[in-house]
Amino acid sequence: MTVLESNPVVALRDAAKHFGPVKALNGVSLSVAPGECLGLVGHNGAGKSTLVNLINGTFAPSSGEVAFPLGQQGVRSVFQELSLCPNLTVAENLSISHPDLRGFGWRRPARAEIQASLDTVFPDHGIDTDAEVDRLTIAERQMVEIAIGFAPRGGTPRLVILDEPTSSLDEGIARQLLSHVRAFCAAGGAVIFISHMLGEIFAVASRIVVLKDGKVVADRPAAAFSRQGLVDAMGHVAAEGTQAAAAQTQIGEVVIRAEGLEARRGEVVGLSGLAGHGQAAALARLYLSQTSDWRAGRGARAVFVAGDRPRDGVLPLWSILRNMSISVLGRDANGGMVDKDAERRLAEDWRKRIGIRTDDLTNPILSLSGGNQQKVLFARALASDADIIVMDDPMRGVDVGTKQDVYAIIRAEAAKGRTFLWYSTETEEVCQCDRVFVFRNNEISAELTGAQITEEKILEASFEMMEAS
Amino acid sequence: MTMKPWVWAWAAAALAFSATLLLTSGRGAGELAYAALSFGAFAAIVGLGQMLVITLGPGNVDLSIPACMTLAGTLALKTMGTEPGTAFVGVAVALATGLAVGCANFVLIWLLRLPPIIATLAASLVYQSVAIWSNRGLRIKPPEGLANFATGRFIGVPNVAWIALGLAVVVWLLLERSVWGRWLLASGQNARAARLAGIPVQAVRAATYLSVSVFAALAGYLLASFSGGAALNMGTEYLLMSIAVVVIGGSSIAGGNSNVPGVLGAALFMFLVVSMLNSYGAGAGIKSVLTGTIIIAIVIAASTRRSRQ
Repeated sequence: MTVLESNPVVALRDAAKHFGPVKALNGVSLSVAPGECLGLVGHNGAGKSTLVNLINGTFAPSSGEVAFPLGQQGVRSVFQELSLCPNLTVAENLSISHPDLRGFGWRRPARAEIQASLDTVFPDHGIDTDAEVDRLTIAERQMVEIAIGFAPRGGTPRLVILDEPTSSLDEGIARQLLSHVRAFCAAGGAVIFISHMLGEIFAVASRIVVLKDGKVVADRPAAAFSRQGLVDAMGHVAAEGTQAAAAQTQIGEVVIRAEGLEARRGEVVGLSGLAGHGQAAALARLYLSQTSDWRAGRGARAVFVAGDRPRDGVLPLWSILRNMSISVLGRDANGGMVDKDAERRLAEDWRKRIGIRTDDLTNPILSLSGGNQQKVLFARALASDADIIVMDDPMRGVDVGTKQDVYAIIRAEAAKGRTFLWYSTETEEVCQCDRVFVFRNNEISAELTGAQITEEKILEASFEMMEAS
Repeated sequence: MTMKPWVWAWAAAALAFSATLLLTSGRGAGELAYAALSFGAFAAIVGLGQMLVITLGPGNVDLSIPACMTLAGTLALKTMGTEPGTAFVGVAVALATGLAVGCANFVLIWLLRLPPIIATLAASLVYQSVAIWSNRGLRIKPPEGLANFATGRFIGVPNVAWIALGLAVVVWLLLERSVWGRWLLASGQNARAARLAGIPVQAVRAATYLSVSVFAALAGYLLASFSGGAALNMGTEYLLMSIAVVVIGGSSIAGGNSNVPGVLGAALFMFLVVSMLNSYGAGAGIKSVLTGTIIIAIVIAASTRRSRQ
C-alpha cells in the first residue's frame, strides 16, 4: 500500500460538479494507485457516472481538482450506455480511438489489435472483427467495448474505468472479465470497477469506495467490508409506499402461448440461458404479435419494458412526464385530447411508488441517471392496464435497493392477476420466477418449474449442447 | 439565450419587411404587407403539412407537394368550369384529390417499402401527367365569387391568411394537446421505441402522409383561385419553399420536434426576402443566389445556437 501514497494514477481533491442547482458530485477526494482495483458502489444517482466523467475529462470540475501525476495518457473508460458507432465494424470502432492508425493500410493492424485484445479478455469469444456493430448482440457489443478499453491503442492502458461492465453479460463471460481485471491489476494497471452486483465487487476489488448523494461515505480495503456492511453504507433509498411482500400468487389459466413459451395468469415466467441466444428476439416477436401497427387498443394485451434503453425505450427529446405517460394517453384521453391533469397525477403517483429521483417531472428524461431512466420505463409499463408485461432484461444498471422494490412490485402485480415474461442475464433473478424457459441457440432447451429452478439446472441447460458439439 | 426558436423566424421576417420599406421610404407598406400575407399563406399551408411529415423522423419528406397542388387545382377548376356557386364542389374535389394522392403515396411507401423521397418524387411525375392530360393546357378561370374571396380581405387581412392561420391553430392543437400529436412526436424521436411503447406507428405515418397531401391540395385550390386559374408550373417553387420554412421555422430536421409558429414566421420571411430583393432591383440570378445564401445562413445560425444549449 506504499505505492498508493507515492504516485497515484489519478487523484481528486475536493472535486465537485454542479449542474445548475443539482449537486451531482459534492466534494470528493479520492486517489487510485497503480496495481489497485477500486470498487465504486452507490445507488442510482449517487454520482458514480459523474465521477467517471470528471476523471475521463468529459466534464471539468465545478470546484476542486482532478490531477494525473503520471500524465493523462492511458486513462480509458468503458461506458454503461454503449458508445460504439453501430454502423462501423468492430475493427473500425477501434481505429476511432487509436491515434496511430492513420493513412493507408490501417485495417490490418486494427483487426489484429482488436482480435488480440478480445482473445486476451474473452477467450473463445467468437466475435468477427469485420462484423458491423449493429449486427452484434448487446452482450457482444459490450465485450467489444471492454476489449477496446484494454487494447494498447498506441500506448499502455494505465487506468481503465469500467462502468457497469457486466450488466448485459452472462455469468461465464463476466467471470472471464473479472479474471482479466485481476491479471491486469497484478501487472501494475489500475481499474475503477463500478457495479451494482456486490458479488463482483468483492471478487475483484482491492479497495471499495461508497458514494452517496455525491459524497464519499466509506473508503476502505475490500476485506474490511462485509456484504451487509456495504449495503448499509450505501443506505437504501426506499420508494415511498412500497408494498409489503405479496402473498402466494394464485396461478390461473394459460393466457398466452407463443414462440414455444407458455404463461399463465398471475405467473412470473423467466427466460434464461446465455446472453444472445434468442431470448430478446423471441420476446420482441411475441410482443409485436400481441399488439398492432395500426390500432392502439384501449385494452392492449401486452406492454414492453426495454432493457436496451436508447434503442428500444427512451424518447430522448421528451420530459420524464411525457416518457412515462405515453402508453396510457389513449386510455385517459378526453375526446382524443390529452388529459393533462390525469397525466400529471399518474406520473406523480408512480414517481413516489417507484422512487424516481427528480424534483421536477418536466425535466428532460436524459437528465436522469441510467437506473432512474429504467424506473421511468417500468412505470410506463406498469401504469397501463395490460395483462401481459414483457421485460427484456430490464434490471441493467439498476441498484440493489431499487431491484428489491421492483421485485416487490412485480410480485404484487402478479398477485393481482398480471402475467410477467422476464428475460434476465442474472441467474439470481431468474430463480425468483414461477417457471423458467432456458434458451440455447435460439431454441428452448429446457422448461423448469417450482423446485426444479436452480442455478445448476439452468447452467446445465444453457451449456449442454456446446459441450457435446 | 433561452428564446424559443420561432422568435428568430419572426424577427427575420420583421427585418426583411423594414429593409424593404427603408428603400421605398415607407411608401407601399400596406401593399407589401398584403402581398406577403397572401403569398406567405400558401407557403404556410404546404409548410405545415411538410412539417408534420418531417416530424416523422429521418428520411420522411413529401416531394409530391407541387404536383399535388397542380393536380388538385386543375381538377377543381375544371369541375367548376367557371360556373357561379360551385365553390364548395370545387373544395370537395380538391380535398378528395389530396386524399387520393396521399393514399397513393403511402401505399408506395408502405407496401412497396420505397424510401419516401423516391416514392413521392416518382409518384409526382404521375400526378403531373394526370394534370396535363385532364385539361390539355387550358387555363380555366375560377368562378367570380371564388376569385373575389381568394383575393379579398377580412378586417384588413387577406382571407387566405385567415385560412392559413386557422389551419395553424388546428395543427398546433393537434400537436400540443392531442393524443395523436404525442404519438407523432414519439414516432419521430425513435420509431422502434414508440412501437414498443404501444403506439400504432403505421397508422400515425398513414395519417401524416394523408394530411400533407390534403394540405397541399387545399393550397393548390386556393392558389389557382387566387391567381385566376391553374397553371401546370404553379407548384414548382413550393417544393423548396415547403422544406425551407420548416427548417427556418425551427423544427428539427431529425424529427420528433415541430414548431408551428416558426413555420408561419418563416413563410412570411421567405416571401419578404424575395420582394426585398425585387425592390432593390436584383436580377433573377442574384436573387436566387442571395435567397439560397440567406436560408443557409439562418439554418447555420439556428443550429449552432441549439447545439450550444
